[in-house]
Amino acid sequence: MSTETKTETTPEPEEAQPVEAPTKRRPLRADEWLPSVKTTIAAILLALVIGAVLIAFSSQDVIETLPYFFSYPQDFFAEAGQAIGDSYWALLTGSVGSGHAIATTLVRSAPLICAGLGVTMAFRAGLFNIGAQGQLLVGALAAGYVGFTWDLPPGIHLLVALVAGLLGGAVWGGIAGVLKARTGAHEVITTIMMNYLAAALLIYCLGKNAFQRPGSDNTQSPPVFDSATFPTVGNLHLGVLVAFLAAGLVWWILNRSTLGFEMRAVGANADASRTAGMNVPAVYTTAMIIAGALAGLAATMGILGHHDSLSPTMAGTIGFDAITVALLGRATPLGTVLAGLLFGALSVGGVAMQASAAATPKELTQILQALIVLFVAAPALVQGMLRMKTTDENKTVMAKGWGG
Amino acid sequence: MRLEIRGLTKRFGSFTANDHVDLTIEPGEIHCLLGENGAGKSTLMNMLYGLLEPTEGEMLLDGEPVRFGSPGDAIAAGIGMVHQHFMLVPVFTVAENVMLGREQTRGLGFLNRAAAAKLVRELSTTYRLAVDPNALVEEIPVGVQQRVEIIKALANHAKVLILDEPTAVLTPQEINELMGIMRELKKQGTSIIFITHKLREVKAIGDRISVIRRGKVVGTADPSASESELAEMMVGRSVKLTVDKEPAKVGAPVLEVKDVTVVDPRGVQVVKDVSFEARAGEVLGIAGVQGNGQTELIKSLLGLVKPDAGEITIDGKDIRKHGPRESLAEGIGYIPEDRSHDGFVGAFTVRENLVLDLYRNEEFSRGLALRLDALEENAARRIEEFDIRTESMESTVNSLSGGNQQKVVVAREFSRPLKVLIASQPTRGVDVGSIEFIHKRIIAERDKGTAVVIVSTELDEIFALSDRIAVMYDGRIVGTVTPDIAREDIGLMMAGAHGPAEAAEATA
Repeated sequence: MSTETKTETTPEPEEAQPVEAPTKRRPLRADEWLPSVKTTIAAILLALVIGAVLIAFSSQDVIETLPYFFSYPQDFFAEAGQAIGDSYWALLTGSVGSGHAIATTLVRSAPLICAGLGVTMAFRAGLFNIGAQGQLLVGALAAGYVGFTWDLPPGIHLLVALVAGLLGGAVWGGIAGVLKARTGAHEVITTIMMNYLAAALLIYCLGKNAFQRPGSDNTQSPPVFDSATFPTVGNLHLGVLVAFLAAGLVWWILNRSTLGFEMRAVGANADASRTAGMNVPAVYTTAMIIAGALAGLAATMGILGHHDSLSPTMAGTIGFDAITVALLGRATPLGTVLAGLLFGALSVGGVAMQASAAATPKELTQILQALIVLFVAAPALVQGMLRMKTTDENKTVMAKGWGG
Repeated sequence: MRLEIRGLTKRFGSFTANDHVDLTIEPGEIHCLLGENGAGKSTLMNMLYGLLEPTEGEMLLDGEPVRFGSPGDAIAAGIGMVHQHFMLVPVFTVAENVMLGREQTRGLGFLNRAAAAKLVRELSTTYRLAVDPNALVEEIPVGVQQRVEIIKALANHAKVLILDEPTAVLTPQEINELMGIMRELKKQGTSIIFITHKLREVKAIGDRISVIRRGKVVGTADPSASESELAEMMVGRSVKLTVDKEPAKVGAPVLEVKDVTVVDPRGVQVVKDVSFEARAGEVLGIAGVQGNGQTELIKSLLGLVKPDAGEITIDGKDIRKHGPRESLAEGIGYIPEDRSHDGFVGAFTVRENLVLDLYRNEEFSRGLALRLDALEENAARRIEEFDIRTESMESTVNSLSGGNQQKVVVAREFSRPLKVLIASQPTRGVDVGSIEFIHKRIIAERDKGTAVVIVSTELDEIFALSDRIAVMYDGRIVGTVTPDIAREDIGLMMAGAHGPAEAAEATA
């Protein structure tokens, strides 16, 4: 082999450069992302088709045509078409049809994006973080407490409350990370249990005078002082911008930093990472701390952005929707942002849909969300239904099993 | 039974794994299938065994065309297969394993264990397999487990037996025994398809040799063909089977290991009072059958497992308490035995894998930020220098062939200044061309004055590289010898005969 002689002399960079260097920051090739984008879009379309059937059969006008369906089938189809058209038009205009609608969608999406980023981050380090909900609640407690108890100048107050929210989430996520790193306790179990603990902690705190809204019998805290809220433009608050900045930061950490390199390596092959000298337990802990902080950031969207007060139902199901958002976004920051926007739009549009002529129940949007995620999680199903060509690229996000 | 394959083709998308393969296996013939890893041997056999559907072509048994939709069909037609990785349930007895899948009952669902044991005993006697039907599979040696697999096939009345790389896990003595068994089977009329990439074995046992390269049968040879002829057919160009090297310029001891003992998580002592030294400019080969403590020994050198007793020093500095990061920083280069397990991150690109243990260096990162241009420049250089065949530096390492995956690992470990190189199975599952290249690089590293420790279960590799050979058996180093020792003697040492002198006596 002629390489033998060649290896002694270092190959001149001039020689190697022209071959490899012209695409310095090589853009992602279309055939790499296209298949997964295709299946995602196909999943969304399929879900909309099934949703259309449900809309038709939930409309009173359509049901009334059924008894004489075989005599006048055109009545059924006309009414069904009308109902589906009305509903989906309302869904679209209600979520992105006007500046106000878009702003509402953005505000609704922001917490989903933040919490989803937390799940994404943990995913990439090989951890299945089910605990966004609990991390979010603790973050909300911390941010809220600072927001309605401390008296600080505007701006600084916001900043301190924001940091408190981040820290609250980080502590809660970090506990699961340390347990995993130190004892090997599986994060799926610990984070689920931490969710219960967080919910109980919230109720306990709301029973204390320090958190109780004066003159109210409900388990509800006062809203935060105005000095601790995000500045608003119309109905859009600045927190949304923070959410997008967070997405950029997560992208940078994952793809451009040594920390992200370690996380992705540990997530993909912990044994090889350990052999290469990485501190695997430390990576697990760090990933969970960051994931928790992002969930805490999600909490501040409501508390500091929306003037929400602390209450047992304050978080809704954001922490769990975050898991589906991250799954739909295939555990990439950009994907998570897009999925968060989609889910935000669906939830805002759902209200408009209910108010439309077809009066479609807003639960339909939840069905749509569930169907989309179902189809994304089972790409083979979608490909089978749409006769798409199978490729190996369409792998769904996989968390490690119980052994991991 | 005469098995004929005509124009058998298998395509996966645009990739042709088997291209119009013609083969005829005569009754009572040992037909060797020789080819490098990835040449398409396994695909061919999987079609024969009903695991894959051929794209084109046909198979004939005694002149009758057959189609196999599943392994069940193939077994019913009289084809048996012993896979490289055994398909046995460790906690079951031999008899239970043999009856698995076709359990006989005595009514009411009671298993008829006695009948199964009787069957095993009969087959064992007929073919001289010496297998105890009531032994637990997890308690018998690998060589005997393999015979259990053969019995399983025979119990299904296999007339054609496919042995997929059967010698990979065996000691030299066990290989001899296996060959005896193969001859016995042949005498009783069973045809055998023997898949291997070891030239010595095909010459020893084969009646006919078919060589597969890139999915095609490139020729058929008699066992009388020379090893270099066979190697040339297999690789497609002439290959050197030995490594050119100057005599070693041995320097001072670098890595010193004293009385190291490792207890595994189950509480079993897997490394027992092992002492050796690796000297600058010298290759120390550690020979031994897999599972005799080599894995744990080298893991303890890197700090992946902590030794329970003993001392490990590099240049006199104690590294016993070091973790992998400190050991790497100390100048240890480490090529693990199972690269896909802990050698590289398969989902990472070639570019990323080439810095898997270097990214913290100033050269590749500034603070938290990775220096992407430096990573790219490094990747371009290493790909060129180590002749890594990849579509681009952005391809995942999973998409590379075994040989090129190993080159990625080797290139990474050789891109740091090393004091000690520890390489375990450096060429396992690597094609002949890459073996040649990796061996050369290891010797070049030795000549730079690095102390090299090679762990290998392949005697050929040990002999080709080593200046001294330590033989491990049952967690101990049973002797240290020079490479001019006879193969048989070292084989006996690997099987537990203590010391070269005793081994020599045993052969006499």
